[in-house]
Amino acid sequence: MLEFAARFWEFLVRRIDRFLFGIVMALVAVGFVTLFSAADQSVARVSNQLASLAVALVAMWVVANIPPQTLARAAVPLYVLAVVLLVGVALFGVVVNGSRRWLNIGITRIQPSELMKIALPLMLAWYFQRFEGRIGWKDFVFATVLIAIPAILVKRQPDLGTALLLIASGFFVLYLAGLSWKIIVGMVAAVAAAAPVLWNLLHDYQRRRILTFIDPTQDPLGAGYHTTQASIAIGSGGVVGKGWLNGTQTHLDFLPERHTDFIFAVYGEEFGLIGNVLLIFLYLLLVGRGMMIAADASTLFGRLMAGAVTLMLFTYAFVNMGMVSGVLPVVGVPLPFISYGGTALLSLFIGIGILMSVQAHRKLVHS
Amino acid sequence: MARRFHGFRSRRADNGFGGHEVRNPEREQFWFRRRLAVAGVVVLAAFGTLVARFVYLQVTQHDHYRTLAESNRIAVVPIPPNRGVITDRNGVVLAQSDSAYTLEIQPSRVKDLDRVIDELAGIVEVTQRDRKRFRKLMEESKNFESLPLRTRLSDEEVARFAVNRYRFPGVEIKARLFRNYPFGEVGSHFLGHIGRINDRDLEKIAEWEATANYKGTDYIGKLGVEFTYERDLHGTTGVEEVEVDAGGRAVRTLSRVPPVAGSNLRLSIDIRLQQAAEAAFGERRGALVAIDPATGEVLAFVSRPGFDPNLFVDGIDPASWKELNESPDRPMLNRPLKGAYPPGSTIKPFLALGALASGRRTAAQSIADPGYFQIPGHSHRFRDDKPGGHGSVDMYKSIVVSCDTYYYVLASETDIDDTHAWMATLGFGQQTGVDLEGESTGVMPSREWKRKRFSGPNYRDDHRKWYLGDSISAGIGQGYTAFTPLQLAHATATVANDGVAFRPHLVKQVENLRTGEVRRIAAESTHALAVSPEHIAVIKSALVGVNKEGTSRRAFEGAKYVAAGKTGTAQVYSLKGEKYDASKIDERLRDHAWFMAYAPADRPRIALAVLVENGGFGAQAAAPIARQVLDYFLVGDQAASPAPLAPGAPDPDDQSD
Repeated sequence: MLEFAARFWEFLVRRIDRFLFGIVMALVAVGFVTLFSAADQSVARVSNQLASLAVALVAMWVVANIPPQTLARAAVPLYVLAVVLLVGVALFGVVVNGSRRWLNIGITRIQPSELMKIALPLMLAWYFQRFEGRIGWKDFVFATVLIAIPAILVKRQPDLGTALLLIASGFFVLYLAGLSWKIIVGMVAAVAAAAPVLWNLLHDYQRRRILTFIDPTQDPLGAGYHTTQASIAIGSGGVVGKGWLNGTQTHLDFLPERHTDFIFAVYGEEFGLIGNVLLIFLYLLLVGRGMMIAADASTLFGRLMAGAVTLMLFTYAFVNMGMVSGVLPVVGVPLPFISYGGTALLSLFIGIGILMSVQAHRKLVHS
Repeated sequence: MARRFHGFRSRRADNGFGGHEVRNPEREQFWFRRRLAVAGVVVLAAFGTLVARFVYLQVTQHDHYRTLAESNRIAVVPIPPNRGVITDRNGVVLAQSDSAYTLEIQPSRVKDLDRVIDELAGIVEVTQRDRKRFRKLMEESKNFESLPLRTRLSDEEVARFAVNRYRFPGVEIKARLFRNYPFGEVGSHFLGHIGRINDRDLEKIAEWEATANYKGTDYIGKLGVEFTYERDLHGTTGVEEVEVDAGGRAVRTLSRVPPVAGSNLRLSIDIRLQQAAEAAFGERRGALVAIDPATGEVLAFVSRPGFDPNLFVDGIDPASWKELNESPDRPMLNRPLKGAYPPGSTIKPFLALGALASGRRTAAQSIADPGYFQIPGHSHRFRDDKPGGHGSVDMYKSIVVSCDTYYYVLASETDIDDTHAWMATLGFGQQTGVDLEGESTGVMPSREWKRKRFSGPNYRDDHRKWYLGDSISAGIGQGYTAFTPLQLAHATATVANDGVAFRPHLVKQVENLRTGEVRRIAAESTHALAVSPEHIAVIKSALVGVNKEGTSRRAFEGAKYVAAGKTGTAQVYSLKGEKYDASKIDERLRDHAWFMAYAPADRPRIALAVLVENGGFGAQAAAPIARQVLDYFLVGDQAASPAPLAPGAPDPDDQSD
């Protein structure tokens, strides 16, 4: 009996990277502590998030147990499915908050852009592995097309933030696959040169957000109000913070979106600079571990996937904390493992599952 | 080419491996790791920037932000706009917002709710009804909302509470705007009512992209024009920036963008006519729609019984709701809009006009009426009202005496799909497009309709087939045929207006107070019937004949104007060959009484349809109501018209239909 339990345990943990899992669970713990405060000690919201966590953990375990080469085989169908769903959203999508992002599939509503966040890097990594050793400029052009299709569809929803994140995830794969520095520098220069044109292509609200970022007092009711109140929350936290459940900004209803995108403001107010640095350190450990896994991966696919997932985790964390603390404009990006929301948690844990799969299977594929 | 994109292969070539397709895993991994290392530097720089920002916010600027957070908080408070006023066509106010004081409780801030309410009851009056209503509101709302326990407090009550306020944290007096419907039940079905915003409303508001504009708004139109014209009535929310102290109380106002009141609605309804029409119904159930044929403006829109919309404004108490919902009279049912009833003989003038338009009949063509009609080869007799028959009947007589046999024969010779297509141009079997939500299409049957209606697995193919007998029933407005009173009034108005149709509408214009802009609703005609003026003239003269020498002559005796009309009596209950005797039949199974009319006959100013549920004969129950309404509208004199007769006291003269 005992032996059986031991074997079962072995079966459960054999693909789990303990170090990575430890960091992620530490972040999740920080998330629950903060959520409890942000949600005015609502047990319902916390238990909701607990249920999402259970689902996400199962998904992580399943993905971790799938060899990377099997994941690679799923790349094309998954990418095609995600594109089809995005087209479906454009045609039959449900409008929420003025954007057409959701698709009704009878039992529930899904957000296909969320699926694309995994499917796009998977597709690109598969593509580069498929033509490994023969990659030329045509492949990079084709890869650009693969990125552009979902990015344009998502941009039209309109959801500029997610579209930019998709482009970023695609770019990370290209970068890691060896896109020439000249091209990278050239692209940055081109974007800078085209900025006035792009400015004209933006929606009013998007322009307003950028202007608000430059001067938050311009829009005291909308995004500017968010940034101003978030800065007050973080700044008033000081070095040690006001203490758990004691954030005045949070509990007097000044903070908008305080259990989702702006949860970091709650954290910063209650745990202060010490808490913030600790959180940054946790994310640094997470990114570091991800990079180690990428560096040790034995196949190109494994390297690219692990690298892209890691850099995406970094991007989410950086963009979210950057926008809440006022160094980046406001875009709708949740703080990884901390913000409330089941879908985001699920995709994050699938990403972690991919990292674990790459790590656990590196020797098997090596031979 | 590959050189420009230093893929790993080209880099190998640069390093002397050129030309060979040799894979070099170590080398690849080396280049990959270098790229990772560069990315790692970017990560460190980015996180470093964040830490620097945190130090700036939390150490350097800490005092500044602490001051902002502790002593000076700026709260942005939405100021809900005044909801637009609804008036009738003459400017009489039908719905307006009054300011009044409410006693509100924030349940999340109150520990022992029952005790607090008991104590409050010692200061202001709190009835059992108030308590139940409050419980219901709590079930429906989120925890942190502030909910009204008592509304419309008197000045004395406000003063009494103000003295005791310190005893009740989480309880507040608030000045709120209340919707007030001064006419109560009159017109309740078209006015509708507002009610507290629920989750479904919130979703709808999100779809309008109006979430920000509804901040601070607690009420939304739920029914009637209050619902249809919600976005016009609501207005634009204003914003106030206030300084609040540590307890959250406002200290002073910093800036203020005033709200913009919602647009006013001017209805086409004449509320005095509406009152007269509702009074004419007495205690009976039914519907009446009166339309100005030249514009499609609805002059009166009656659904009896009605309800008091004032009950719904602050959330209806469960007892009143139960009473309204479970009453067998169904006061919440909007009969003219959603009630579909077999039209009976009122369908005849429209079928006759169709027969003229298609050339299937001329006005002079006569049939011999033996008192019944038989499908050749069948023994079943479709009976006429008059046992011996009406003798020789032409089109004029067929309408004036309401001869069934004439229409049995016509129906037997006309394909139902042709009839369906013709009736569709009059608006039967489809929505009229009136500016109220939830309109029924009624039924104007066709082969396709029957196939779809009986498409379920419980039906066989012979259920789906169209039979000649179906056509014959439809030919006198029975069988599957069912129209709404609104549809009948609309079609009557179209005929009265010589075949030019207007979309019926209750709102005449929307008046934006700020810009002074006035939007007129449905001022253009939608289409014209494909009939010649002579054909319309035949039908119109027959309809005048009905009131002069036909089924409804008694109801229109001594009228000071010439009115056109047609009676109808629709069977609710199949008699299976027995003679109809109203006194023997349960009241709810008695026939529905119909009457359609327009007047003055030469230049119609009003067209209407009346339905009295289980009223019996159209001539007895419905025509007198029409007479009263027409008298009121055209002469302004109610005394001249005879009071409607109660069913069950039949006058033999009026029973022919």
